[in-house]
Amino acid sequence: MTLKTNIQSMKKTLVLIALAAGLAAAAQPALAAGGAKHPRSGGFTFEGPFGTFDQGQLQRGYKVYREVCSSCHGMDLMYFRTLAEPGGPFYDAHQANPAENRFVKVLAAEVQVPDIDTETGEAVMRDAVPADRFPNPYPNATAAAAGNGGAAPPDLSVMAKARHDGANYIYSLLSGYRAAPAGLEIRAGQYYNPYMAGDLTPFWKGPEGSHAPKGGFIAMPPPLRDGQVTYDDGSAQTVDQYSKDVAAFIAWASDPKQVQRKQSGLGVMIFLILFAGVTYLSYRRIWKGVAH
Amino acid sequence: MSDHESTYVPRTGVEKWLDSRLPIVRFGADYMALPTPKNLNYWWTFGGILALCLVVQIATGVILAMHYVPNTEMAFASVERIMRDVNGGDIIRYTHANGASMFFIAVYLHMLRGLYYGSYKAPREMIWIIGCVIFFLMIATAFLGYVLPWGQMSFWGAEVITNLIGAIPVVGEPILIWLRGGPAIDNATLNRFFSLHYLLPFVIAGCVVLHLWALHHAGQNNPVGILIPKDRMAKDTVPFHPYFTVKDGFAIILFLILFATFVFYLPNALGHADNYIPANPLQTPAHIVPEWYMLPFYAILRAIPDKLGGVIAMFGSIGVLFVLPWLDTSKVRSMRYRPAMRTFFVIFVIVGMGLGWCGAQLPDAPVIPGMPSFTLFDGALNSYLWLTRLLTAYYFLFFLVLMPLVGLRETPRPIPATISEPVLPGGDVMTSAAPASPEKKG
Amino acid sequence: MAADQGDPNHQDPNRRDFIHIAAGAAAVGAGAMAAWPLVNSMNPAADTLALSTIEFDLTKVQEGQQVVIKWQGKPVFVRYRTPAEVQRARADDHARDLKDPEIDADRVKAGHQQFLVVIGSCTHLGCVPTFGAGDYGGWFCPCHGSHYDTSGRIRKGPAPKNLVVPTYDYVSDTRVKIG
Repeated sequence: MTLKTNIQSMKKTLVLIALAAGLAAAAQPALAAGGAKHPRSGGFTFEGPFGTFDQGQLQRGYKVYREVCSSCHGMDLMYFRTLAEPGGPFYDAHQANPAENRFVKVLAAEVQVPDIDTETGEAVMRDAVPADRFPNPYPNATAAAAGNGGAAPPDLSVMAKARHDGANYIYSLLSGYRAAPAGLEIRAGQYYNPYMAGDLTPFWKGPEGSHAPKGGFIAMPPPLRDGQVTYDDGSAQTVDQYSKDVAAFIAWASDPKQVQRKQSGLGVMIFLILFAGVTYLSYRRIWKGVAH
Repeated sequence: MSDHESTYVPRTGVEKWLDSRLPIVRFGADYMALPTPKNLNYWWTFGGILALCLVVQIATGVILAMHYVPNTEMAFASVERIMRDVNGGDIIRYTHANGASMFFIAVYLHMLRGLYYGSYKAPREMIWIIGCVIFFLMIATAFLGYVLPWGQMSFWGAEVITNLIGAIPVVGEPILIWLRGGPAIDNATLNRFFSLHYLLPFVIAGCVVLHLWALHHAGQNNPVGILIPKDRMAKDTVPFHPYFTVKDGFAIILFLILFATFVFYLPNALGHADNYIPANPLQTPAHIVPEWYMLPFYAILRAIPDKLGGVIAMFGSIGVLFVLPWLDTSKVRSMRYRPAMRTFFVIFVIVGMGLGWCGAQLPDAPVIPGMPSFTLFDGALNSYLWLTRLLTAYYFLFFLVLMPLVGLRETPRPIPATISEPVLPGGDVMTSAAPASPEKKG
Repeated sequence: MAADQGDPNHQDPNRRDFIHIAAGAAAVGAGAMAAWPLVNSMNPAADTLALSTIEFDLTKVQEGQQVVIKWQGKPVFVRYRTPAEVQRARADDHARDLKDPEIDADRVKAGHQQFLVVIGSCTHLGCVPTFGAGDYGGWFCPCHGSHYDTSGRIRKGPAPKNLVVPTYDYVSDTRVKIG
């Protein structure tokens, strides 16, 4: 085979692999968004192959979570020490051991966690330490549903992975509450949000020939309002900013190692490309002069 | 090309000692020296790529099994613990999850190569059949593995697929309860799925050994599709090492570049977001879909309105592969020289991808939005339901009708006499050397 | 077989050209790069490491008693020694039958010699010694009869070393951090 046909058949192979992969990636269910409005972009710094988290944003996001969201939403898979990991909101380069991090020790101590008294065995509440999990606001799933009109507030530990385009979705949902258009029949305990998945056709009583609005009903009332959380770094204390910050924090919490992974990935890709080059030259040298 | 003589000569004392007791070095040396057709193209590198995929999946899987907990209360959390707390756990987990997808990309291309170049035809039927067994085991392994993270898709995918067993008349229900270990999918099911998921890859590895043994016995196929006679061996073959070990190595690196792109930059692109919601037996997700590599079979399943009929069609679509060597009547192996069949093959590939696409859509959704259509039986004509039925019909038509008939009616192009010369001057099918005749052992 | 291709450009593909060595070296490097994360994943995970230090409130121990806490999966004895016990330990600092000679002051922190912190694992084969038993008033290991004194030193029996004193520090007068 000549070099030309060699490269051609290689290219064909690569194209077909990429096509198969592309088809695989594109084979997402058609109505995954369920009639919801497409999420707005939160302009996040961590998107893309070279993205990183803004540590200030993560700190603000943690504050919003702790002061607003944690009263209903647990993050059962998060530990306080995770906050001190490299790339996390309270990482301290001088104190690499996350369990010893001085910021996290203080932040943990501000939160009470359930424990058992070591002498009497009865249930007590004590200050958290870095090795503890984030406490869940409810003792069990039934209590969570009962305390919220039958709909338990979902755990937020991996929420950015559990929704398509997670960070932008969370940002859009939190900042996207709108007054329902006239003609939409809303049940008690439900709120209209154009970014929430759902089909509003059965509830639309608008003029003939008009379409039901995009979006769905969510059991959570608008959780954020301007000025609710004090930011010490001078950032805007608006719903829009809170939504962005907590969405970034949840995106980080969903996959705390994503930035390190992308950075290792760069090294791996460079190595593989060089490796491919060297191996290709070796291959050509071996096959030199062999008609095939 | 089969049972060629061993050229290995043990040199050192240790080698001689070992060779007379367990000729494992001889086995390896002969493998490396195996005469391989010179003209193999890049489609032949997928075998090596698949071997790498199997090793990667087993290696990452064994490590994951050191940290994963197969209990409904802890499974989801144990996977996230791997992602967060285990050193390198996030990369190992994503490698395993995306490795399954890469495994299937490679196996589909490997199988398409086999179809196109007639590698399933005599004397290579056993290689093909064992390959079908491996493919079936891969699907089973992937299905079992997807249940383990115990997300919404894990649970509900298991629910839907195990319910198919219940469609079997008479024995279906008892078998279903036996399979699940109870009336519903629960801890008993998860634990045994974990055990079977650990077991099957080693069964696959055993089948791969048989697959390679059959390959070495019958000899490699090549793009021209002719058997290489003994007197052409020196001119038309090269030793496997280093010619094809390095070529396979290069192809593997290209494959790894694609693999690494997914693992490091797009780790969840091929998955489904709903599987990051912990399994809830009381709430079905809006849209249950299997992983992309099972979509064509899922589409075929849903195309047939009858539950048992759908199950039979789905298993039949894999079963028809096993009997392919006897369905194809062509005397010519490689579709390079079968222009009519080649056209049908290209349509088959497009149909296959189309079935995959349909598997991810809601059956009632319109194919062309806004276009009105009339209803035929149980669905609008302009719906994915009917498109899927059309594509399923072609799928079975390709194997059951086209393969037998086209082989009898077609006029193949002239086949080269040897793989070194493109075409014998003045040659035609009758004078070409050794077409697909089962008696010649070449 | 490779040599008789009859083409003047053709070389023996098995010649050790630099490019082949480079490709081979890259392959070995790739193998090592792939194997390392798999091996490293078996090292202690972050949650295990997070429990590698614990803090303990010394006010929980009564004089003359010990409290057993679990640290890194092993028992740790925190013993509040009486002045008599401290004296007995110090008197034996230079006893000739000490298998593993060590003075008591080296086994406690200055200014806090009443508190002895040792890992409660017999240095013979790992059993947990019982408090207060044995001929030397310290501990006695029932498995094979090792006797430890009030400083946790081996005095009699098959154990080769004194009870191990883990790394610990006083974060305040009443609180120690172990590990």
